[in-house]
Amino acid sequence: MQCHFTVYRFDPAADEKPHYQEYEIAAEPTDKILDCLNKIRWEQDPTLAFRSSCAHGICGSDALMINGRTELACQKLVRDFKSGNNFVIEPLPLFDVVKDLIVDLEPFFEKYRQVQPYLKPGKNTSGKEFIQEAENQEFIEPALRCILCASCTAGCPINRANPDYLGPAALLRAFRYIFDSRDSTTEHRLEKIDADDGVWGCKTMWWCTEVCPKEIPITKCLGQIKRAVMQKKKGG
Amino acid sequence: MKHLYDVIIVGAGLAGLRAAVEIGKDAKVAVLTKVFATRSHSGAAQGGIGAALGNEEEDHCEWHMFDTVKGSDYLGDQDAIEILANDAPRAIYELENLGVPFNRTPEGKIAQRAFGGHTRKFGEAPVKRACYAATRTGRVILDTLWEQSLRRGIEFFDEFQMLSLIVEEGQCCGVVAYELSTGKLHVFQSKAVLMATGGAGKIYKTTSNAFASTGDGMAMAYRAGAPLEDMEFVQFHPTGIYKLGILISEAARGEGGILLNNEGERFMERYAPVIKDLAPRDMISRCMLEEMRAGRGIDGKDYFHLDLTHLGEEVIDKKLAEITSFARTYAGVDPIKEPIPVQPTCHYMMGGIATDADGRVIVDEKNTAYAGLYAAGECACVSVHGANRLGCNALLDTLVFGRRAGIAIKAFVPSAGRPKLPARPETKDADTIKALMNSSGKESSGPIRAELQESMMENVSVFRQKDSLNTALKKITQLKKRYQHLAIQDKGSCFNRDLLDAIELGHLLDLAEVITRSAINREESRGAHSREDFPQRDDQKFLVHTMARYDAVKGPQIFTKPVTITQFEPKERKY
Repeated sequence: MQCHFTVYRFDPAADEKPHYQEYEIAAEPTDKILDCLNKIRWEQDPTLAFRSSCAHGICGSDALMINGRTELACQKLVRDFKSGNNFVIEPLPLFDVVKDLIVDLEPFFEKYRQVQPYLKPGKNTSGKEFIQEAENQEFIEPALRCILCASCTAGCPINRANPDYLGPAALLRAFRYIFDSRDSTTEHRLEKIDADDGVWGCKTMWWCTEVCPKEIPITKCLGQIKRAVMQKKKGG
Repeated sequence: MKHLYDVIIVGAGLAGLRAAVEIGKDAKVAVLTKVFATRSHSGAAQGGIGAALGNEEEDHCEWHMFDTVKGSDYLGDQDAIEILANDAPRAIYELENLGVPFNRTPEGKIAQRAFGGHTRKFGEAPVKRACYAATRTGRVILDTLWEQSLRRGIEFFDEFQMLSLIVEEGQCCGVVAYELSTGKLHVFQSKAVLMATGGAGKIYKTTSNAFASTGDGMAMAYRAGAPLEDMEFVQFHPTGIYKLGILISEAARGEGGILLNNEGERFMERYAPVIKDLAPRDMISRCMLEEMRAGRGIDGKDYFHLDLTHLGEEVIDKKLAEITSFARTYAGVDPIKEPIPVQPTCHYMMGGIATDADGRVIVDEKNTAYAGLYAAGECACVSVHGANRLGCNALLDTLVFGRRAGIAIKAFVPSAGRPKLPARPETKDADTIKALMNSSGKESSGPIRAELQESMMENVSVFRQKDSLNTALKKITQLKKRYQHLAIQDKGSCFNRDLLDAIELGHLLDLAEVITRSAINREESRGAHSREDFPQRDDQKFLVHTMARYDAVKGPQIFTKPVTITQFEPKERKY
């Protein structure tokens, strides 16, 4: 069937301002939106720039806007949309556009690095694994699904208003280490995150949860951090 | 732009990152990667990583070693396989201590499950040896090692495409790379270079591999004189989603899933009475094609059913989480209620840049080292996988040999010299790019790549024979000629995918030629290399590694290297 694509274009080297370009392609209902973008690039316009790699929702390269909603281009098929085979494709909001659908994610990863995203374990002299309850691993499991696609942070209204806010993806990573029983710096992590630009930046608006392509209950996880911060204050 | 380092690591998947973490602050190291580090294809590994921890039932490193040797159809080097199996428990505990969130047993130990070809007591029955984190095992290890690299302050050059190796005075001493966002060329001078660039599944039409899996490191090392080993052995994983190739992990069968033909028969019982659906991948893919030829594909077509419906919602949701969403999203089926349509998909290159067990690239059958050049992970051939890799051994390979390469490099750097570089080492690459950009040719990458992928799928996949191999070789030769007339339509210098496609296509063509030449040369059937005109394994003539050396004029030059056999004499391979 024929599909009509309206695609955001911007090449800072050549364009004064962004514009939209129209493409007509033949696609199957089971084609991914990423397949359609590739078709445009291979058959009509090799200058169209977008990122992709694994093409099945694991690497996190191809988050963008499809018909006004944040999606992974490789995880949505033509048949998933009720828009009369018309598609509007735009880059993720919030971030600077490098070219066309490619954005500069450095500010996103900068926030991520701020939460010290690595295990700081206590001593383990067993020469084997730390013993960890299955329930504990299952508790942090939702956060392990994160593929760093930046959809949540791009979609968060607080992030748009306050560029210093850590944002849902970085906070979700913090959650993963705060509640990992093997980490020995939980108190310190909770102290650091107890700030207006930290976990309290989250106003429970659920947008991150709504757009997450891995269906992670991000808002709920952030709520667990808030609860832990409050409990720590009460206790100490 | 020029950069000075001790070590350049190309590729930020598990092998590259494990080496980077090993080297840490002991040398000045930079990691170059053509995709952002966490986008590396190691992250797509689903089912698990093998180690005889014995957390769920009795297991021993020696059993693991035997299974790997047998799985390799006796072509793997047994000294290297012994290292792999014996080092596995240490590698897993180390990962766990670094933070990898493995699933747990009720006692809080690392949970383990069954996987294809892994058995107890040398083949008696399947054994639970695969350590896992749901079906995201590769992803969580990738995240952990990347985060550990951040912690150690490792420098990353993300979205840099390597173009060539710099070799002076017989030593590999740097790379030339192209910065995707600016189109600028960068010269990275170093004492050593580690290739950790992964596989080349994009040579084939149906593959589980990422767009990035174009064998860049293999092709560049090959062009720089490093021989490629055992390239004819290409793994087709039996359970790719029909028509798409997206992988449904072997863990699905490890947890009890079964394959059914159009008669509803669990056909693997006939071919592998002992371990059935947990037979090695080469065997199951062959059996599927034989069933298909006998008219027993579903609806008479070229696919089968992977049935998980009897496992129950909890097992599927908890232990096989990710594949449920793949089946729902891409195949439109709910695996809790209905079977998943599957067919073999190109998954893994057993062959690669020939190395010793410390990641040193070797140039001949006597294991003479290529000074300064190292390789690890899928792009390398140690060889631990021989003619067929077992599931769960790829992640293990990256970690064990990534670390060993890191250790070897650390030892090499202090004593290594810094050969003087020519004034502009990037000249040749700059000229190549200029020629491509200014070419008035009429060809573009898309059709050449598509024709290559189709021909390789048709002629050089699960079953092969002389005529089909020669057809493929002729096609590759034609496509290489057309490649000379390639023109780049995108004239920009910011994320010029058109140019990158062309560069990658050059690699695919070179490697397809090596695969096909090596396959023509091996007149026997062994592991994943199945010759219909030579259906038997021939240990007299072919219990040797195939080595292919680059020759710009004559094409790949084939020679052989002996296989190391220590404990297990080659026997007929039955399951």
